[in-house]
Amino acid sequence: MTTLPASTTRKLGLVIDLDTCVGCHACVVSCKGWNTENYGAPLSDQQPYGAAPSGTFLNRVHSYEVQPLASSAMPHPAAQLVHFPKSCLHCEDAPCVTVCPTGASYKRVEDGIVLVNESNCIGCGLCAWACPYGAREMDAAEGVMKKCTLCVDRIYNENLPEVDRVPACVRTCPAGARHFGDFADPESNVSKLTAERGGLDLMPEQSTKPVNKYLPPRPKDRLDQPKPVGEIDILAPFLAPVIEEPKGFLGWLDKTLEKL
Amino acid sequence: MHPAPSVIVFTTLSGLGFGLLFWLGLGLPAVTGWVAFAFFAIAYALAVGGLMASTFHLGHPERAWKAFSQWRSSWLSREGVCAVAALVVMGIYGAGLVFLDERMALLGWCGAALALGTVFTTSMIYAQLKTVPRWRTPLTPALLIAISLAGGALLAGQVSAALILIPIAGVLQILWWVRGDGAFAASGTDMATATGLGHIGTVRAFEPPHTGPNYLLRELVFQVGRKHALKLRGIAFGLGYAVPVLLLLVPFSHALALVAVLAHVAGVAASRWLFFAEAEHVVGLYYGKR
Repeated sequence: MTTLPASTTRKLGLVIDLDTCVGCHACVVSCKGWNTENYGAPLSDQQPYGAAPSGTFLNRVHSYEVQPLASSAMPHPAAQLVHFPKSCLHCEDAPCVTVCPTGASYKRVEDGIVLVNESNCIGCGLCAWACPYGAREMDAAEGVMKKCTLCVDRIYNENLPEVDRVPACVRTCPAGARHFGDFADPESNVSKLTAERGGLDLMPEQSTKPVNKYLPPRPKDRLDQPKPVGEIDILAPFLAPVIEEPKGFLGWLDKTLEKL
Repeated sequence: MHPAPSVIVFTTLSGLGFGLLFWLGLGLPAVTGWVAFAFFAIAYALAVGGLMASTFHLGHPERAWKAFSQWRSSWLSREGVCAVAALVVMGIYGAGLVFLDERMALLGWCGAALALGTVFTTSMIYAQLKTVPRWRTPLTPALLIAISLAGGALLAGQVSAALILIPIAGVLQILWWVRGDGAFAASGTDMATATGLGHIGTVRAFEPPHTGPNYLLRELVFQVGRKHALKLRGIAFGLGYAVPVLLLLVPFSHALALVAVLAHVAGVAASRWLFFAEAEHVVGLYYGKR
């Protein structure tokens, strides 16, 4: 059935920390690797070494430049570069599921993961139209819709060491910018992170109720701006240069070389 | 949105075909025998031809029958169910007219309702999408139903009905265009809400995820041809609505009626091309595009 469950027992999803993501695309590569070699149709590429390379990806990293408005305190605020990984948000009110004419798309009652049963998918593409986030991509070789499975074949996989039972993108992230957990449990790592850091929904006005949350970037140090009055830098005395002029042999060498 | 030729052909022709079936179901014109056969053959060629064209854009057309299962939740599934039901009911009704000279009026009314239902369910596939603000309005089903009824009346030779319905469709078309031009801005979705970074400052797309295009950009962020949108609107309005009305006002001849039908179909096809090409999907915002 493509009607959505009224509620799910667990709400598995990701927290993506826009403050720590360095934009290395390792999650893109590991996602493509795992999901090409494991469950479902492989993520194909068209002309990967040709003139117009293109391919199916379940996770892509965008980069945005954010320019704060100038104010009297900050006359020339520096723009901030934010790397922005985007994959399926496993929405509670997933519009992609209800539009599916065959029942191939469904949201699981036990953990809230949104999946595609590829043997029922007719490749009409309507679910990709219904998704505001661009989380679904039709595979050009297989003609079926592909999307993030939250690595459903890893997280419950008892053949893997316990440390690996998280989505491939989370496991591989060198910056620790991706966190996996159960949002239905208020004591879980992801629920706490969301509460502490003010986790955001993308496009809340689309009323999709995304499970995945994004942690906004924290304010950056601004070296080109005057220091706010009253701030004491306790490390500054220790970081002052210890010696200004070289003495002894180095001093002689310095002067001699200067004369040449 | 990518204006796939298969979908444009489907919605244009099947809309016209189901519109004709609607009038035939009402017994307007009240035809029997070979004349009825000719009318029904045209209606079925348009409706079924359109449906066949729509399967060309499927990744797996051989599984299309599975699309009848989710009528409880999916407008696309409802469309499939309605279309088949309309074709079956009208097939029995038409067989009665052609072979038995017998008009089963109740069956005809049911068939007319199902034909109209098919056009309505088709329009709701688009009108339901919050992701495409230009489509998400009650004007979308109103426009598509008006075009279908007007085109059907034209084909069925219902001149007085066509003279009322074509101008109604034309007015709805203009309202739909005018409302659509401000729809994206009015939707409240912009780069700030898409990225959640609006509280820091103005968000600009700096680098896309990959240097090449992808399925999303090809399918949902189609931008080619928008610069001719205004000219095409003029052509669509002129051919689709103005010319047929003028031709119907002069003394009737079959040749002029044929020209009126062809002009109407060409105009509606142009309007349908714009329906897709001008529609902006919110996912374009992630790429800094509309």
